[in-house]
Amino acid sequence: MMSAWFGRMARGSAAAVGFASVVLASAHAWATPHRWQLNMPVGVTETSREVYQLHMITLWICVIIGIMVFGAMFYAMFRFRKSKGAVAATWSHSTVMEAIWTVIPILILIACAWPATKVLVRMADTTNADMVVQITGYQWKWRYEYKSYYGKAHNVGFVSKLAESSNEVRQLRSGKDPHSLEVDGVSTYLLDVDNPLVLPAGVKVQFVITADDVIHAWWVPDLGWKQDAIPGMINSTWTKIDQPGTYRGQCAELCGKDHGFMPIVVKVVPKAEFESWLDEREAALAPPPVSAPEVPVQPTTPETAPGTAPAPATTSETPAAPVAQG
Amino acid sequence: MAYTATHDDAHGHDDHGHAPQTFVQRWFFSTNHKDIGTLYLIFSLLMFFIGGAMAMIIRAELFEPGLQMVRPDFFNQMTTVHALVMIFGAVMPAFVGLANWMIPLQVGAPDMALPRMNNWSFWLLPVAFTLLLSTLFMDGGGPQGGWTLYPPLSLQGGNSVAFAIFAIHVAGISSIMGAINIIATVLNMRAPGMDLLKMPIFVWSWLITAFLLIAVMPVLAGAVTMLLTDKYFGTSFFNAAGGGDPVMYQHIFWFFGHPEVYIMILPAFGIVSEIIPTFARKPLFGYQAMVYAVASIAFLSFIVWAHHMFTVGMPLGGELFFMYATMLIAIPTGVKVFNWVSTMWEGSMTFETPMLFAIAFVILFTIGGFSGLMLAIVPADFQYHDTYFVVAHFHYVLVTGAIFAIMAATYYWIPKWTGKMYSERWGKIHFWMSVVSVNVLFFPQHFLGLAGMPRRIPDYNVAFADFNMISSIGGFWFGASQLLFLGVIIHCAFFSKDAAPARVWEGAKGLEWEVPSPAPHHTWELPPVIRPGMLAHEDVSH
Repeated sequence: MMSAWFGRMARGSAAAVGFASVVLASAHAWATPHRWQLNMPVGVTETSREVYQLHMITLWICVIIGIMVFGAMFYAMFRFRKSKGAVAATWSHSTVMEAIWTVIPILILIACAWPATKVLVRMADTTNADMVVQITGYQWKWRYEYKSYYGKAHNVGFVSKLAESSNEVRQLRSGKDPHSLEVDGVSTYLLDVDNPLVLPAGVKVQFVITADDVIHAWWVPDLGWKQDAIPGMINSTWTKIDQPGTYRGQCAELCGKDHGFMPIVVKVVPKAEFESWLDEREAALAPPPVSAPEVPVQPTTPETAPGTAPAPATTSETPAAPVAQG
Repeated sequence: MAYTATHDDAHGHDDHGHAPQTFVQRWFFSTNHKDIGTLYLIFSLLMFFIGGAMAMIIRAELFEPGLQMVRPDFFNQMTTVHALVMIFGAVMPAFVGLANWMIPLQVGAPDMALPRMNNWSFWLLPVAFTLLLSTLFMDGGGPQGGWTLYPPLSLQGGNSVAFAIFAIHVAGISSIMGAINIIATVLNMRAPGMDLLKMPIFVWSWLITAFLLIAVMPVLAGAVTMLLTDKYFGTSFFNAAGGGDPVMYQHIFWFFGHPEVYIMILPAFGIVSEIIPTFARKPLFGYQAMVYAVASIAFLSFIVWAHHMFTVGMPLGGELFFMYATMLIAIPTGVKVFNWVSTMWEGSMTFETPMLFAIAFVILFTIGGFSGLMLAIVPADFQYHDTYFVVAHFHYVLVTGAIFAIMAATYYWIPKWTGKMYSERWGKIHFWMSVVSVNVLFFPQHFLGLAGMPRRIPDYNVAFADFNMISSIGGFWFGASQLLFLGVIIHCAFFSKDAAPARVWEGAKGLEWEVPSPAPHHTWELPPVIRPGMLAHEDVSH
């Protein structure tokens, strides 16, 4: 009976998951944590939904085993009390029972491990990404660098740190109310940054993650994973976010005194909007070309802002700047 | 009676002939396993309250969003030192203290095999924790990189990390010597007829735990020594810029760290396996299976370490291996839980305080085991890792697991130690206050973690405010409840008038109940003659 139930859950039937989420918490309506939230967010990627399903499958297996075991315990506690005249039996062994409760858990575990393996294999596949972003953790801020987009190299990078509004409130005995920081009725206290990471919807993004000083961990719950950022190491992972929105997270690895104050905000926009944002950003941020000291500023455009200067070679429009994928 | 009248004059009968010992001689130079056991238990209780005070500061700061009380760096010192004190100062010494008191009594030995080393291994502990706690009063404060001391973070800042490392070295030497002593005692000093597979299950669990300690404490010592040389002598074991690898530290640390968590729970399994049969008045179900389950858990504990670091970016094959190996631990652990329930089945149960704590242990430890199984699922762990879900998980296994078992053991054996009954009424009040408050304290932390609250942060988004406040209220309540524990112990030791019989509990079996209460200063100077019915586990076919 239980294996049939499990089979339904393992196939991830929408009904089962829907039921589960109604019972525990209907978390999918929020992109930020909300008050009295009980459960993991379903998230906005295929990965996060699969992770949520694995979580619910395991949780329900635990709940059912718990009800059976604790039920038997409580039954025994009420039935076999000395005060009710219970006389102790003398048996202390049953090979059959011991075999049963060794074998059945093995089968349950295999049933848990199978879908988990499938999800993990899929999560580990960082190939065929259309976009590469490098994430670098610093005490206590993040740096994002857009390395390539559909095979075209880019050179957009910026630092993202706790928004000043949160920073003022979070000072020791600031006297300011953390509840005062809200956007559309959702608290942004400590979950807001000056420059969010902007990503296009529906594009497979590969992240290469590292750190400059100590170990950090980049985590946005709605994406379904976290990944350590380790100085001297490069970790690779990926996401593909379906729907535009603003998704918030935090550094998840203790990184010093302001570990609690280096949030992450991912702003996901439609592809076209992203492309124009990237171009704009590239233009605005493009430093004088690396070769600038050798090449004098073009005399023909002395009046233009630096952003309109010819892009450096790495951001050339020509497809002649291939970027290794994956 | 196996316990003969020759022992009646035990009070005037010590190692140095018949001269009465002074206070200093008895307590500082002691080689008596009972006195050293008492010292360990008192030390552990003191550390429990010191570590608990730090937990109160943590919960007070987390009571509501915003920083009201402490700076973030001091908060980090509190989380770091709280963990070190509770693990190395409270839980481990408590189990060693129980081993000191009970193992010689239970196997029919006159003392531990190496009594002088026993003295030394205790007196190293105050040295270790003076070193560690003194850092809180120095410029720059105590270590603040987390109890795991991950580099590069742990190497930032002042010299407190050197003090922490030396404290770990000294406490580790103490643990290794304690473990050697336990192994030597159990293997060499059992009374005739006390075959290995007739030993009390508490002795079995400690024998296996002692091997774990000897195997992994040197690994920890090596890891922290490399931290020390990285910081002060220019090595680059864990510094990528010098050709080292910060992740290597985590592998070495958790190769110690995972057996360490079983070091803190296997003796608890042993205690609960003693108490449940006593109060169910029925033999332990599946004694041999229980022994083999402990041994399997101990073996598996060596091959699952990297499940603490699924997010460091291991190869797929590594993650799969550690996931499968970790899930396997559920099998022997399940056997233990099922066997405890079967022991209760068709018993004749009463619910004195030790039994209440033992039952709460089975239920709440199992909840911690369930969240452990969830954490083993790697893709889900990518979400749970380093959140309050993990904090809830390990506090269920360590507080309602290890510490509840220590409390159960205290109530179970304290009449044997003091010769007097504790107040059953106040013991039960302590139990009910603790069991309710500890769930108010830790259960909501599951929700916080799932909703996205990372661990080790001093301040949080207001979405996490409600459950944090509930958790803090549970924390203050649990902390206050432990003052009752202290009160019950002091009352039992100094004020109780209710003399305890030799066999304190009706259903209790085993050699410790064959000696009078309180246990005389010296017991089993002549090995006991074991007669049928005296031991809890006699029929080896079980």
